Amino acid sequence: MTPQINIDKLWKVFGEHPERALDDLCQSMDAEELNARTGLKAAVRDVTLSISSGEIFVVMGLSGSGKSTLLRMINGLILPTAGEVTVEGKPISQLAAAELQKLRSNKMAMVFQSFALFPQRTALENAAFGLEVAGVPRQKRLEKAREALERVGLGKDLDRLPQQLSGGMQQRVGLARALALDPPILLMDEAFSALDPLIRREMQEQLLELQAESPRTIVFISHDLDEAVRLGDRIALMKEGKVLQCGTPRELLCKPANEQVRHFFQDVDAASVITVDTVAESPACVINQAELLLQQTDQYSKAQKIACIIDENNVFKGVLQQNGEIIPAEKGPALTAETTIRDAMELVANAPYPIPVIGSDQRLIGVISPRRLLRSMILR
Amino acid sequence: MKYVICQVFATVSTGPVGEGMTKTVDWLLNHAQPIFLVIDHAINGLAGAIEQILTVPAPWLLAPLIAILAAWRVSLSFAILSLLGLNLVLFMGLWQPMISTLALVIAASILALLIGIPIGIFSARRQHIWAITRPVLDLMQTMPAFVYLIPAVMFFGTGRVPSTIATLIFSMPPVVRLTYLGIRQVPIDLIEAGRAFGCSERQLLWKVQLPNALPTLMAGVNQTIMLALSMVVIASMIGGGGLGDVVLRGIQQLDVGLGFEGGLAVVILAVILDRLTQSLAASNFSRKSLPQRFKAFTNLWTSS
Repeated sequence: MTPQINIDKLWKVFGEHPERALDDLCQSMDAEELNARTGLKAAVRDVTLSISSGEIFVVMGLSGSGKSTLLRMINGLILPTAGEVTVEGKPISQLAAAELQKLRSNKMAMVFQSFALFPQRTALENAAFGLEVAGVPRQKRLEKAREALERVGLGKDLDRLPQQLSGGMQQRVGLARALALDPPILLMDEAFSALDPLIRREMQEQLLELQAESPRTIVFISHDLDEAVRLGDRIALMKEGKVLQCGTPRELLCKPANEQVRHFFQDVDAASVITVDTVAESPACVINQAELLLQQTDQYSKAQKIACIIDENNVFKGVLQQNGEIIPAEKGPALTAETTIRDAMELVANAPYPIPVIGSDQRLIGVISPRRLLRSMILR
Repeated sequence: MKYVICQVFATVSTGPVGEGMTKTVDWLLNHAQPIFLVIDHAINGLAGAIEQILTVPAPWLLAPLIAILAAWRVSLSFAILSLLGLNLVLFMGLWQPMISTLALVIAASILALLIGIPIGIFSARRQHIWAITRPVLDLMQTMPAFVYLIPAVMFFGTGRVPSTIATLIFSMPPVVRLTYLGIRQVPIDLIEAGRAFGCSERQLLWKVQLPNALPTLMAGVNQTIMLALSMVVIASMIGGGGLGDVVLRGIQQLDVGLGFEGGLAVVILAVILDRLTQSLAASNFSRKSLPQRFKAFTNLWTSS
């Protein structure tokens, strides 16, 4: 995947003569010390990230960590003090006003925490706003806006004003307004934070469904750890304007770069992040298919409880039970590598033998027993 | 020393500042006469045309028309009230003065809005323009209303034109201020949303800022019209004519009854204008199409 958004040594400092914060002495200070000595507020400090096409990239941090400022520098609503954001090869801070407007209209749409719907426009007119600005003829833009609203499940509320809609519905309109432009990049600023937990869950699922239908690059700002873990292909954890660590949810959980990251992730439900391939153990006994054909099954089944059957390429073929009976691969239970521990629990707990874990190429990765599963939860 | 002080006090009528002003006015009178002539003709034409239009329908036609407008925009009870009020004006024999006052108010308000709204918009978008307009507005609002009459008379003599000009200057500040306020009060996230979806500065103004500022802006329009009405009465001192004339005659002749009648007619006109313009401000949020409004209006008669 090619990087679509490149963020290179980006700084944003608020205050008079913000470039003062960039000298070596100030760079070594933390945010509080910098503010006390110079009166400057550093919102984003030396952030370098690269976001690939088609991934959901979550920027996570507590409020005041600079994540919203970072997002606004991607579409140029805020200009950086130093560094550069490059979107599809175009450096944002060097674009002329007209070019920047065109880039915003064609390449990226934004969804806001406060919904930011226009109160005097109906849901349909709100959804058509981006197209209206881009100069699309009325009939065509209303058509597209209607399609976008139907996609988020608001096909029946086209003519209602924002104030007549519930919070969840309002944010669906906000989402439809962004989707109507069919942008390759979606910027979501705490888009679901103002919603009830139940609605939030629903919206997250809807976003994942939309993403499965037609993948976009989504930069998602969140302060909710569970949301970040559920949505993010990768997560960048920010604190006081700096990125503490950037990686997949599993990397952040299993290999935290420092104590702060570990502290942040201590409450995360590990079972819904860790996948079974990382905790699978090598099976107690493996039989090659060729050996099995040579009728040597008895010696295995007598000595061992159970054995996995593979062919010469390590492809999983089935399970040999103690009584000599063979369960072929397509009939017996098995787990794919990317299954989370949470999803695997029921199957593993109820199976009479350790469940084989199979990779995407059908090869046997290992087996997982209830005991192994429990220990993985303790050790992490 | 004593002599100098005496000199200063002796010239209370015009000091050096006043003298400068007089010279400026003289210079303008001598050199800019064509401009004043154009302005004179334009305003005279506008105010005259409006008065002509308002006199075309006879009182028995215009009063019900206003009542229908009131029933449509405000309420049925207000329509009845305004019909009663207009009948009272007619009964007092003040219909024609009221029409000329109304014509002056409308002419001055149109001009004040045409000038004031753009100034308000520019001030809201450029902070340094606001730095200039703000003290000017303060000055315009604190200056006693009578002061505007003097230069107006100097440039345009007496009559309808100087009255309109004095009125438009006096009534302009609220619409400038409230246009400025309305645009500045548009929530920052709506501005951000506009920008994020690729608005140019012009699109931001027309599609985001003005629609959201409209209720506040309309409150400014209402205030401007009300101030214009109050100033038109004062402007009768320089020959504005209309109801102000009636009040002025009442004062000059110490005729309490005449003064009261003129005052009462002004109040009736003020109440009707106020409620009607307020309803314009409110209706922008209810967003009913014209057929819907017509239906609601006919329902008034069929249901009750």
